[in-house]
Amino acid sequence: MKEFRYTINDPVGIHARPAGLLVKKAAEFQSKMTINGNGKSADAKKLIKLMGLGIKQGMEITCQIEGEDEETACEAMLNFFKENL
Amino acid sequence: MERYTGKSVLKGIAIGRIYWYRKQQYQVVRTEVSDKEAEKKRFADAVETAKQQLAALYEETLTRVGEDHAMIFDIHKMMLEDDDYLDAVNEVLEEGLNAEYAVERAQNQFAEMFASMDDEYMKARASDIKDISQRVIRILAGVPEDGILADEPVIVAADDLTPSETVKMDKNKILAFVTVRGSSNSHTAILARSMNLPALVNTGMEAGEELNGKIGVVDGFQGEFLVEPEQELLDEMIHRKNQWVADLEALEQLKGKDNVTSDGRRIDIFANIGKVDDADGALAADAGGIGLFRSEFLYLGRENFPTEEEQFLSYKAVLEKMGDKKVIIRTLDIGADKKVDYFALEEEENPALGYRAIRICLDRPEIFITQLRALFRASAYGNEAIMFPMVVSVAEVRRIKEIVNQVKEELLTEGYPMKDVELGIMIETPAAALISDELAREVDFFSIGTNDLTQYTLAVDRQNQKLESICDTHHPAILKLIELTVKNAHKEGIWAGICGELAADTELTETFLAMGVDELSVSASSVLKVRKAVRDL
Repeated sequence: MKEFRYTINDPVGIHARPAGLLVKKAAEFQSKMTINGNGKSADAKKLIKLMGLGIKQGMEITCQIEGEDEETACEAMLNFFKENL
Repeated sequence: MERYTGKSVLKGIAIGRIYWYRKQQYQVVRTEVSDKEAEKKRFADAVETAKQQLAALYEETLTRVGEDHAMIFDIHKMMLEDDDYLDAVNEVLEEGLNAEYAVERAQNQFAEMFASMDDEYMKARASDIKDISQRVIRILAGVPEDGILADEPVIVAADDLTPSETVKMDKNKILAFVTVRGSSNSHTAILARSMNLPALVNTGMEAGEELNGKIGVVDGFQGEFLVEPEQELLDEMIHRKNQWVADLEALEQLKGKDNVTSDGRRIDIFANIGKVDDADGALAADAGGIGLFRSEFLYLGRENFPTEEEQFLSYKAVLEKMGDKKVIIRTLDIGADKKVDYFALEEEENPALGYRAIRICLDRPEIFITQLRALFRASAYGNEAIMFPMVVSVAEVRRIKEIVNQVKEELLTEGYPMKDVELGIMIETPAAALISDELAREVDFFSIGTNDLTQYTLAVDRQNQKLESICDTHHPAILKLIELTVKNAHKEGIWAGICGELAADTELTETFLAMGVDELSVSASSVLKVRKAVRDL
């Protein structure tokens, strides 16, 4: 299993738009991905739950990735966060 | 005549017939079905149709309003692909119940989840869930979508509008929106803003179809919705509307032009902002920079102190948005009148003369240092200046500079990149204005805060309506203090601006130019108005 931490930069947090993009990105990989933050957790491939986390600017999330392509997925997801959130 | 008040989304005026938008509220009936699998198939087909409709809406909005707003329909499409949502529906279908009812139950379950969140933005997402669910229910029940059935442009009034309802409407047929519910974060509000239409949300009015066809006026300046106003009032509103349209067109022409008088004197016109997103409005209004970024938003409405990182990100975001343009950030200006529980401030008899602003910062340096660290770290990302509120003595300024130097040294040893930052003070007490000659030797600029300066000079509480007649903002004492401050600034080779409400008072623009004021910082909506006043001189 791979894991990384990231502090949200985006002033609005994981709102509708980046959540949508995040789900699309996550769907590119086979690995199971879980986002933990704000005391809750959600499957990175499930939009509504992900938005329901209510992650805001300044909050730290952890992203856990488990599966055959976890190496590439982890790198891609971290890059995604850096670029979009 | 009926008069309703609401939250105004855009300052403008619209006059026309009212169209009450009635949702085809399909009454969902709970029934049992004999063939579970057939019902699941019926649901799956409806979802497919809904997704096709959303893809079409996405394309349409993309060309009509732009990608930013089209995105919501892509999100809606993804919500309809969300396993949790589909599972919730299928669970009910498994009980042998009809699809319409199953969708409604899933809708209520998820909408409740969003509505219970403590974040206004997320609360507004409950309407997205309703939007997608109602779309599927309409398809299942074979109810057609409803549009506006009017031949002339109308004021669209409704209980609330979903994003797809708003965007589906033919823009050429809409003069304004008025909704009973809704927030300024709702898509109706956002779209109204982007379409430049006046809109009032959250009017709470108890009205409905009886409004249909009546003449209405939406006054976005006053936040009022007038239904069937008397002729005299209507004529006045028509006049004001024509004036507004003419002014708007004239002001638009001034974008990109310099703030210079006919005889060649120029002045900077900056914008005041209170949160990160406001920088977009300042740029749209063609402000030359940010003359006052109130940092209070970081501290208000929360339960504990904002971290250095949080503050850093907000300052950095504004600096990056503004590029090379100057951004003057004012340090914490909180006092006993602005309640922030976690500061644990004591009740005061006289909060305006009490423990506030820089007085708190110097007394509790740990709060101040966190903010200064964030500010200096952010300085690397743009053209930053910092100013300090409520100064009354030279000793305070020297103490501030000591702390600033200590913070800068710390950051330097920690290896943070920083740029040079101009340090200024607010001149908002008569004391500061009177010793501005001495203060000018200590700092890089002055910003005159006329709201407090007026209150302290005239000994008038501006919140007290009984004193309105005494509260003469053009009082010679205030103008003399401003003039003295500017003169003393220039004597020491530093610049002086005005950032209070008076800066936007175009009756004084000429006076300020004559005094040699270097910069006026006004609300984004006043930037072009003041530019016009300057250019008309």
